[in-house]
Amino acid sequence: MSAEAHSGDYYIPNPSPWPIIGMVSLLVTLMGAALAMNGVGFGTYLVIGGLLLFAYLLYGWFRDVIGENLSDCYNKQVDTSFRMGMFWFIASEVFFFLSFFGALYYIRVIALPWLGGEGYLGPTNEFLYGGAFVPDWPSAGPAELGGGFTPMGPWGIPAINTLLLLSSGATITWAHWGLKVDNQKQLVWGLVATIILGLLFVGFQAYEYIHAYSALNLTLGTGAYGSTFYMLTGFHGFHVTMGAIMLMAILGRAMKSHFSAHNHFAFEAVAWYWHFVDVVWLGLFVFVYWL
Amino acid sequence: MSTTTLSHDEAHHHDAPKGWRRWLFSTNHKDIGTLYLLFALTMLFLGGASAMLIRMELFMPGIQLVDPDLYNNLVTNHALIMIFGAVMPAAAGLANWMIPMMIGAPDMALPRMNNLSFWILPAAATMLILSFVVPFFPGGGTQINTGWTLYPPLSVQVGMSMDFLIFAIHLLGISSVLASINIIVTLLNMRAPGMALMKMPMFCWTWLVTAFLLILVVPVLAGGVTMLLFDRHFGTSFFDAAGGGDPVLFQHLFWFFGHPEVYILLLPSIGVLSHVIPAFSRKPLFGYNSMVGSMLAVATIGMVVWAHHQYTIGMSMGAVTYFMIGTIIISIPVGLMIFNFIATMWRGSMTFETPMLFAIAIVLMFTFGGLSGVMLAVVPADMQYHDSMFVVAHFHYVLMPGAVFGLFAGVFYWLPKWTGHMYDERLGKIFFWTNVIGFNITFFPQHFLGLAGMPRRIIDYNVMFTEFNVISSVGAIIFGLSHLLLLYIVIKTIRGGKKAESRSWEGAKGLEWELDSPPAFHTWTVAPQVK
Repeated sequence: MSAEAHSGDYYIPNPSPWPIIGMVSLLVTLMGAALAMNGVGFGTYLVIGGLLLFAYLLYGWFRDVIGENLSDCYNKQVDTSFRMGMFWFIASEVFFFLSFFGALYYIRVIALPWLGGEGYLGPTNEFLYGGAFVPDWPSAGPAELGGGFTPMGPWGIPAINTLLLLSSGATITWAHWGLKVDNQKQLVWGLVATIILGLLFVGFQAYEYIHAYSALNLTLGTGAYGSTFYMLTGFHGFHVTMGAIMLMAILGRAMKSHFSAHNHFAFEAVAWYWHFVDVVWLGLFVFVYWL
Repeated sequence: MSTTTLSHDEAHHHDAPKGWRRWLFSTNHKDIGTLYLLFALTMLFLGGASAMLIRMELFMPGIQLVDPDLYNNLVTNHALIMIFGAVMPAAAGLANWMIPMMIGAPDMALPRMNNLSFWILPAAATMLILSFVVPFFPGGGTQINTGWTLYPPLSVQVGMSMDFLIFAIHLLGISSVLASINIIVTLLNMRAPGMALMKMPMFCWTWLVTAFLLILVVPVLAGGVTMLLFDRHFGTSFFDAAGGGDPVLFQHLFWFFGHPEVYILLLPSIGVLSHVIPAFSRKPLFGYNSMVGSMLAVATIGMVVWAHHQYTIGMSMGAVTYFMIGTIIISIPVGLMIFNFIATMWRGSMTFETPMLFAIAIVLMFTFGGLSGVMLAVVPADMQYHDSMFVVAHFHYVLMPGAVFGLFAGVFYWLPKWTGHMYDERLGKIFFWTNVIGFNITFFPQHFLGLAGMPRRIIDYNVMFTEFNVISSVGAIIFGLSHLLLLYIVIKTIRGGKKAESRSWEGAKGLEWELDSPPAFHTWTVAPQVK
């Protein structure tokens, strides 16, 4: 095979230990999590160990990929494979979020009216709650789980966060424009601005959670409203954090001049991912905070 | 493996790596395909063992062997192991082996990730087995007595074994999504020059559609069980009416995944059939375009009819009617596929080797299962059949012929290609007949049991159901034992046998038959030109 090895060949990597390490790290982390959630003490250590191994895995696997990329192992076709792979990965993420948006829709539009005695369920509402439960959103349900609470309004921190994420989408596009004309400085400063905006977002989000818990009595246990609010914003915040870490890795590579106008898949993958969390946020802002 | 630059000589390896590294660190689609298939075979026997225990318990009315919670845990495990451990990995194994060879690609598009998709499966199986084992230890909580559907509120009350199961489902989901990404990218980006999408072998088409389905529905299941996890441990109330949630929400999330899952299990086998039937009828596949079209129709409609699994939960009349009509419409494209297979056989010079026997069994028995499915799709009728043994009979007629027989057909069809040896045709035929007869003795009486009112997922039953249950259990013994013969045939073929030619079957067409049997470690390093 090496006889005709040239840049036209599709690159098949050598046997690699990383998939096995990935399997072990996932198994240890999740086994530890299952134990820790049920009060088995050493579970937490397994989670920490598993996550450290997972971080090492990411470092090592990407180090290999970057090394192969820099030594020109990848041709155009391999690049296309990476791009398609990232696209479909994001597609699967979209459907993960859709399950939570779907839950929010179902609870607001179908489940709560049922509890409120819609249609033939009128007598049920009468018997169970004496007709007292009015299914207005936001709701913590007929039992008002978690006690009285104030819902999170859209026009304070959430509006600022919308502005932050939208501008970060603009700065990363500006960085991309710089990259396309091999303007190293514009690329680096665009990335720096994006990372700062992203971290500001995460900071505001954390402040919002603290405020919600301490001042608004809005917790994870606040019935359906608290559940959907924290799960949707929480998973989104987690994705923004991941995206920011990815951006930092990309910034490091940009400063080492790894990217050129015609070879920068990694940059684009992270940029797509960043735009994806951006779009999810717009959905959140409209359906979780605003309406 | 340093970060510094690699020369091309280092970057390309020539021969198969040796020893344990070859299997653990593999980046070769053939080796990973073998791993998938061996894993699936192991899980087939594990899931089969739990099925045998279920049938032995149901041999007589009364409680003999296991207690009710353990019985229901066996039901749960049988389903999850068979679906996620046996059928899906076996189909993925076929995909790994055959897709690159069929489309003239040197390997899967993302070989390292390919290995990750496989190796997550043993981790998931470990978690799944732990979920079964944990309740036997002190402080291990209760058994998973919910069935594979994991409906709350019961699943919220189960002990810690449910958490192991939830994480097992997360792992299985990650594995399926990664494998699907790989297959889609391989099919869209790695086809040999000249192979347009509409010239692609049908097995590749079926896997392309299957992979799309997996990417769209598996994350929704992951989201659903994540909500379950949070309801169990972190005080959310997605599925708790007291907090404004609804247990029925979980059913919607589960079946949004669960119904397309049926097609995920079925389609790869339809793909195998589209190769086996033409090969042994010595005619090209009838209606290639309509096959592709009906497959896309099945997948699309299949995504939006999930609530026919939940007719009895009290949906509005409009919703129920929609789901009924949508479900019945699916029988049109599925019928089209079946008629295409029959038309392919029409006036062909047919021979009846083992793969072809399985293919014909599918056409007959899967159609039968499909028809009982139409019965179940009709709302007023389903109100009677719901949660009865009739449902059990129906989905075993769909999944055994529809999915597993297709995989058997594929294994017998391609075994000569993989091993370089022909299997023992006489043993293959004996396996076919014992398997098919055993299957029918097991599951056919369950239709009558269901129509007479025997509920499923219950350890005990009224004495009036005894006779049919005895017949069913005797059939299960035949059916279960027949798989030992499969194991023997496979081992025998790997170890030796009549040498297989490159084109192992007279009527076989396609790029994979132009390669040696067994093929070299790396094949199609130079892409063939397809006319």
